Amino acid sequence: MANMSNPLLAVRGVETFYGRNQALFGIDIDIHQGEIVTMIGANGAGKSTLMMAICGVNRAVRGSVTFDGKAIHEMPTHEIIRLGISQSPEGRRIFPRMTVYENLQMGAVNSDPKYFAEDLARIYALFPILEKRHVQRAGTLSGGEQQMLAIGRALMARPKLLLLDEPSLGLAPLVAKQIFDTLRELNKTEGLTVFLVEQNAYHALRLASRGYVMVNGRITLSGTGAELLNHPEVGAAYLGGGSH
Amino acid sequence: MSLHDQTSPSLLPMIKRSVIATIIAFFLFLPTLGLKTTASGGVDGLFLTYRWLLLGIGCGFIFVIRMAYELFWAPKDGDQKPAKTQSALAKTLGSAKIAKSVGPLLLAFAIVFPFLPFSDRYILDLGILIITYVMLGWGLQIVVGLAGLLDLGYVAFYAVGAYSYALLSIHFGFGFWMCLPLAGLLAATWGIVLGFPVLRLRGDYLAIVTLAFGEIIRVILLNWRGFTGGSNGLSSIPRPSFFGLPFNQEPGGFAATFGLEYSSMQRIVFLYFLILALAVFTFFVTARLRRLPIGRAWEALREDEIACRSLGINTVNTKLSAFAIGAMFGGFAGSFFAAKQAFVSPESFNFMESATILAIVVLGGMSSQLGVVFSAIAMVGGVELLRQLQFLKVIFGNDFDPSQLRLLLFGLAMVLMMLWRPRGLVSTRMPTVFLKDKKTVSAAMISQGRG
Ligand SMILES: Nc1ncnc2c1ncn2[C@@H]1O[C@H](COP(=O)(O)OP(=O)(O)O)[C@@H](O)[C@H]1O
Ligand SMILES: [Mg+2]
Repeated sequence: MANMSNPLLAVRGVETFYGRNQALFGIDIDIHQGEIVTMIGANGAGKSTLMMAICGVNRAVRGSVTFDGKAIHEMPTHEIIRLGISQSPEGRRIFPRMTVYENLQMGAVNSDPKYFAEDLARIYALFPILEKRHVQRAGTLSGGEQQMLAIGRALMARPKLLLLDEPSLGLAPLVAKQIFDTLRELNKTEGLTVFLVEQNAYHALRLASRGYVMVNGRITLSGTGAELLNHPEVGAAYLGGGSH
Repeated sequence: MSLHDQTSPSLLPMIKRSVIATIIAFFLFLPTLGLKTTASGGVDGLFLTYRWLLLGIGCGFIFVIRMAYELFWAPKDGDQKPAKTQSALAKTLGSAKIAKSVGPLLLAFAIVFPFLPFSDRYILDLGILIITYVMLGWGLQIVVGLAGLLDLGYVAFYAVGAYSYALLSIHFGFGFWMCLPLAGLLAATWGIVLGFPVLRLRGDYLAIVTLAFGEIIRVILLNWRGFTGGSNGLSSIPRPSFFGLPFNQEPGGFAATFGLEYSSMQRIVFLYFLILALAVFTFFVTARLRRLPIGRAWEALREDEIACRSLGINTVNTKLSAFAIGAMFGGFAGSFFAAKQAFVSPESFNFMESATILAIVVLGGMSSQLGVVFSAIAMVGGVELLRQLQFLKVIFGNDFDPSQLRLLLFGLAMVLMMLWRPRGLVSTRMPTVFLKDKKTVSAAMISQGRG
């Protein structure tokens, strides 16, 4: 497996608070180069909070986050992003009044302009529908197209690590599957490292090399994707009816 | 037959609705039109008079209008009109081609305007006023329209610019072109000073704080007598000259140098072209900024702040730059104002000014530069038009001042806007970048990489 001694992203004992309410309790996570890691957890478990803590939007009060050998938990968000972490936030958060093309441009604000045309072509090859809609206002896209745009926008930054917060939220199963397939392809062909947070556990775990289960701000289980899929607790709590 | 059945019985509900509207109007008009307080000479001070006739006229007016609306304009039951997407005006103004030709046409008109036969001093003054508001509108548009930061205290920067010019020219003898950049710089600094404490605020909270900021500046100007002259203001501010040639009757003046007969109009025409040049400058800078990554970042900030952060946009710098650049243009306009008036006082910088500028931006469609021009003409020109409506004195009595209808016009314009163009006169947002100019995009992106 990947080099266990030197993870790309190492989260150690991270605790965060909303006011006086603690949302995360001593979270430890490793993500290695080239992996797809999935975290599943019910609504309100703290998955998005963890994503935000990695990006420095919510600060970890205790613990550390290390990316590519650098401690990033005290850096401003825009500097963290420039190190090579891209995030497609929960609920997509595309810029609705801007065109598809402009949204993709916004994804590239921090990357070297000489790659722009190449990256754009790559995104359009991954999601041909975006090319068809490039002058359309992003707010008028369908949910699935918006999700593709959100992922495409995140990829425009040429990330080393892609964070995805519930990409299948509110999408038809077929569209969700298409998005997961694209992620698998990206991971295979380009070796993109992905950290995926999902409630839609079945597809997300099948995709993942490893996974974590989060309950009430704590990691309760971890293992390979297949192990978690076959784990009785996961099956009972997260896979009810989700497997088809 | 079926047609007939549908139309005639609906007359009754129409009348019913009109009567309801009239009753509501009656209660609204009762204190405003129906009652009048008059000061008596005695100790008791005030007493009330009733103006039943006026009240009746008002209510009748409402009934007739509502009835006309019901009969002619109201959507009828059963005839489902497809939702109107865009009016013809918006369509024309919104399409890139037309917009491209309207701009130069307007500019050409603005350039020949002072030489047209009807352009007397009054008309030119009005033109100067309108262009000043256009410029202020373009400045505020960066903050409100692009970056989505609701700023109710924009007049503060106008004031900073005006007082900067006044103080610098009085105390240090700086000329206009020297004061202008300094005034802009000072206003931009104040923009950042305001920006810092409100970084985390949005929407209503931001509006309240900026409103207070505008008032604070005004109150400081009013009370710091030694520095600002308090409510007396600062007078005898040096007037701008034409490249060193003053507009006077002296031998070294503008008229004498060019062998012209002296006329006070020359100065006005000069001021007109000065503000026109400043406005054109503002236009090109703001139009350019929109296309740069910083402009896109402003728009992105308006759309979704969290998404901006997750893309690695420095939201602090983005907000501060919007405040600073918006304020800078306010400062430029302010220093022109001081130069034109040769007198500044805190009275010129009250909340009404902020409201007018904001109304111009909102009315113009938030993000359309052309829209600002039209709405400034409508707002400022409209008020002037009201001043001309002296014939209304026949109806409302001799002590009636038509320009007092300004607020009514404001309100009316806003209501009409909400009905017909809820997103502004020119609501179409043109994509800032099209695919064909990929190269400029990438070139523009380089500067973003640095900051
Ligand atoms: N902005 C916030 N303010 C206060 N509490 C919050 C906020 N966002 C999330 N929480 C709380 O933190 C916990 C974790 O939320 P979240 O990370 O959004 O969960 P998930 O993404 O797993 O659904 C929940 O109990 C939620 O109520
Ligand atoms: Mg979540």
